Amino acid sequence: MSADKKYFGEGLPYRPLNRLKGKLIAIEGTDGVGRTTQIELLKDWIELKGHAVLETGWTRSNLMSRAIQSAKMGNTVDRLTFSLLYATDFADRLENQIMPALEAGFIVLADRYIYTAFARDWMREGDRKWIVDAFGFAIVPDLVCYLSVDIDTLIPRVIESGGMDYWESGGDLHLGEDLYDNFRKYQGRMIREFDAMSEEYHFEKIDARVSVDEIQQQLRSKIEPHLVKEVAKKPKIETPPSL
Amino acid sequence: MHHFLEPHKYPGKLFIVEGIDGSGKSTQVQLLKKWLESKGMSVFFTEWNSSDLVKETTKEGKKKKILTPTTFSLLHASDLSSRLYNYIVPPLKAGMVVLADRYVYTAFARDVVRGVHPQWVRKLYNFAVRPDVGFYFRVPLDTAIDRILRARSKIKYYEAGMDIKLSTNIVESFRLFQGKILKEYDGLVKEYGLSVVDATLEIDEQQEIVRGIIEKALEGYSVKRRTYVRRQKVLRRGTAVPTS
Repeated sequence: MSADKKYFGEGLPYRPLNRLKGKLIAIEGTDGVGRTTQIELLKDWIELKGHAVLETGWTRSNLMSRAIQSAKMGNTVDRLTFSLLYATDFADRLENQIMPALEAGFIVLADRYIYTAFARDWMREGDRKWIVDAFGFAIVPDLVCYLSVDIDTLIPRVIESGGMDYWESGGDLHLGEDLYDNFRKYQGRMIREFDAMSEEYHFEKIDARVSVDEIQQQLRSKIEPHLVKEVAKKPKIETPPSL
Repeated sequence: MHHFLEPHKYPGKLFIVEGIDGSGKSTQVQLLKKWLESKGMSVFFTEWNSSDLVKETTKEGKKKKILTPTTFSLLHASDLSSRLYNYIVPPLKAGMVVLADRYVYTAFARDVVRGVHPQWVRKLYNFAVRPDVGFYFRVPLDTAIDRILRARSKIKYYEAGMDIKLSTNIVESFRLFQGKILKEYDGLVKEYGLSVVDATLEIDEQQEIVRGIIEKALEGYSVKRRTYVRRQKVLRRGTAVPTS
């Protein structure tokens, strides 16, 4: 557990990190693995413990959400450009939501983080290092929980909860003959990329093949040690400095 | 993906112009385009920050003043990426000439002055196609400012670098901001071997220099002719008639 925040690469030279007293917790994992459900439960649990929580999710920035939506509607946007749109969205959220919340001592729960961008970018032909460099301005999270699942467990879960989506199936890559084939190949590759990153980036692996409650218990046990006293309580009680 | 430090392998040619606002680069690139076309070449022209994909977002971000140095930089990178894929690489593959008004060096100069890390922005743009020739129109700060103030009624907020709070006076901020950008460009000239044109010369004198450099760069280039007439319709018996 590291106390100080670090930039992932070159960082933002105009924004020092010394005032970030909150905790940044990223929940990673492939599409349909149940991240959003788990984050809702975590938020309640952390707030009940008296900490303020900010939830932030992929493509939810004020600046970019509309542009990304419209880019997905058309079919003239290539993967490299998508990676850059995601990076812009992330930068907007980092500077305008995540960093201010961390300065105020919040627990920030990030639904997906830069590792999702890495895995997606690596699906296209190209230089694997580029996307890692591009996200050099990101902050290294205090904790990354990786919801790990195998493709055979994932597929029925996705079908039950609304079906397979074109982009989540990597439709643009034409990996298979139909949506099912595409999804299986695409998400299978995504899972392999996440697994491979798990060690390099020190993910805490959570077995996501089990029930919602069991996943939640695993997550809480990983997160609990990070909820220490330097984090702002809600309501905040200021102790007067001793004279 | 391209690697910016390596020359591209396309049959076409990419020529770009750089310089601060008021350097006269846009005038020069238009004259160059006309000349190349008169020689029968098929030329495609593209401008910085012009793709439909992010133009609206950038405009809105500027209007609401919510852009940070990093989102500003990333939006422009998205714009170039989109234009490369849709507009720049296809003509280069087809052996055409592409002219770009501003290119990655604008980001290397301007975004670094705004505060992003110089190495980060260089790595970010590694996807860009290396130009065959990059012109830098060097102009003294005062000349550029005179030209801008004469040509426009108002300097815009981001153009003046008001977001990085160099001065509360917009003209003063513009002067300080563009001055810092000029310094960055001077470094880039050496780093990337840009061809410097003295932008205080008369317009036709500058154009002569530009054409001389381009002529050299086009040695051995097999010209893709412009199509002056529409493709001919082939009739059943093999006789061709021109379409009107």
